[in-house]
Amino acid sequence: MSYFSNIYKGVKTLLTGMSVTGKVFLNSRKGSITQQYPDNRETLKMFDRFRGEVVMPHDENNEHRCTGCQKCEIACPNGSIEIIWDRKVNPETGKKKKEIDQHIYHLGLCTMCGLCIEACPTDAIVWAQNYENSVFDRSHLTKVLNQPGSKLMDGVED
Amino acid sequence: MPLRKKMEPKTVNNNFKSEEYFINMGPQHPATHGVLRLLLTIDGEIIKKVEPDLGYIHRSIEKMCERDSYQQIVHLTDRMDYLSSHINNEAVCLTVENALQLEVPERVKVIRTIIGELTRIASHCLWWGVMGMDVGALTTYFYGFRDREMINDIFEETCGARLTMNYNIPGGVMYDIHPNFIQRTKDFVKHFKTKIPEYDRLLTGNVIFQKRMKGVGILSKEDAISFGASGPVGRGSGYSCDVRKHHPYSALDKVTFNESLKTAGDSLARYEVRIMEMWESLSIIEQLIDNIPEGDYKVATNAVIKLPKGEYYQKVETARGELGVYMVSTGTKNPYRVKFRSPGLSNISLLNHIAVGGKIGDLVATMATLDIVVPDIDR
Repeated sequence: MSYFSNIYKGVKTLLTGMSVTGKVFLNSRKGSITQQYPDNRETLKMFDRFRGEVVMPHDENNEHRCTGCQKCEIACPNGSIEIIWDRKVNPETGKKKKEIDQHIYHLGLCTMCGLCIEACPTDAIVWAQNYENSVFDRSHLTKVLNQPGSKLMDGVED
Repeated sequence: MPLRKKMEPKTVNNNFKSEEYFINMGPQHPATHGVLRLLLTIDGEIIKKVEPDLGYIHRSIEKMCERDSYQQIVHLTDRMDYLSSHINNEAVCLTVENALQLEVPERVKVIRTIIGELTRIASHCLWWGVMGMDVGALTTYFYGFRDREMINDIFEETCGARLTMNYNIPGGVMYDIHPNFIQRTKDFVKHFKTKIPEYDRLLTGNVIFQKRMKGVGILSKEDAISFGASGPVGRGSGYSCDVRKHHPYSALDKVTFNESLKTAGDSLARYEVRIMEMWESLSIIEQLIDNIPEGDYKVATNAVIKLPKGEYYQKVETARGELGVYMVSTGTKNPYRVKFRSPGLSNISLLNHIAVGGKIGDLVATMATLDIVVPDIDR
């Protein structure tokens, strides 16, 4: 007798489970979270705080906000940031001032922890929201964040 | 190399029955959920001995912590138990804050608790999906990931990342919560309340699943205590070990919730404890989400944190059990020694105890109920 009751129980739980899957199947368009990547590249927008990579925004005069204080370099846990800097004489005041030559960012080493951006006193570096970071050669992952010929924005002091 | 010695022909003749042999499960076996190698001694299909061989993903995180400053340690703990990364971060931050005797704002405590419970649900969702897949039900995998996706979106919007969030910093959280956070969390709670009964109908009540789970991998309460089991593994055996209940941290002393306890100690009990924990986490989130106090989201700390000389310990309840952080400071900007007491290592140590005498298929199911995350074991 228990043989038949076992069969009954088995079929019953099978049908209970299949009612769940059947419901999902019929409503598949409503609750679907699947994204048709890469076909949806144009419409796919990441959240504002998404940590894609570190960038240094420049304004229209090719000026950035990095004073070369190296706080991001110290804050970085794994040496993703290197700053090459020099003291240059300001022709107007005649004083020597620190100025960055290259702000080098190794994307391949970066763990996206965000400590550099937290540490930056002048908001010179921010997160970018791009998410397609694969390249054919790893040397492309070493980036110079300040654009060639750029200089420090006026009035930015750390 | 004890293995090689045993395999010499002379010893085989003397000490081994003719049908006992070794088999390697892993390090690339999908059921070990990572690079864990299990050395099985089996007789036919009956397991005689299970020896976990660890170290395939050892990254010396504890040693790296000695090199890093206290702010930098936090991001390393993301990579230990990546499914409860926020709670790992919280553990380190609480240790540092206790050492500095820094009182964080109420808002921070509530945010940390809410995100911590969301992390726990996300982790259990993934576990539930993988658990079903280990016993042969592929559908659960998709359903678990479907519901986890909503939590990941919440994290991505507020913390900036989906898995390794690094949202905690000593003294608070990195940014304030996103304006959409509360609404999204409420939507998720509403959505997920309809999904757990669905989980039960699909998997828990299934006759095949019940037969695979019931009475398999039995762990008694005494053994759970002596092996140092914690989290759902310990609570499935009736060992009341919820750190959230016994040593509440952050905002957990303000909420009421029941500790999920089962006394059977078999695989099904551990399964049910996790399902119950999802309900409890939902209830904790519901109690807190409407009453997030106003205030600062962090208190300023020195750019270089130096802990006073001494030893500090803080334990939290991650999705897998009790995570302890032990720090020794000599007063410099780096810790002298950091030790993590990870739940995974204690839980894997009892695998041999509960799997012996069962079949290989049962070992896979039992291991799934232990919910091991291999980077957490090796660190």
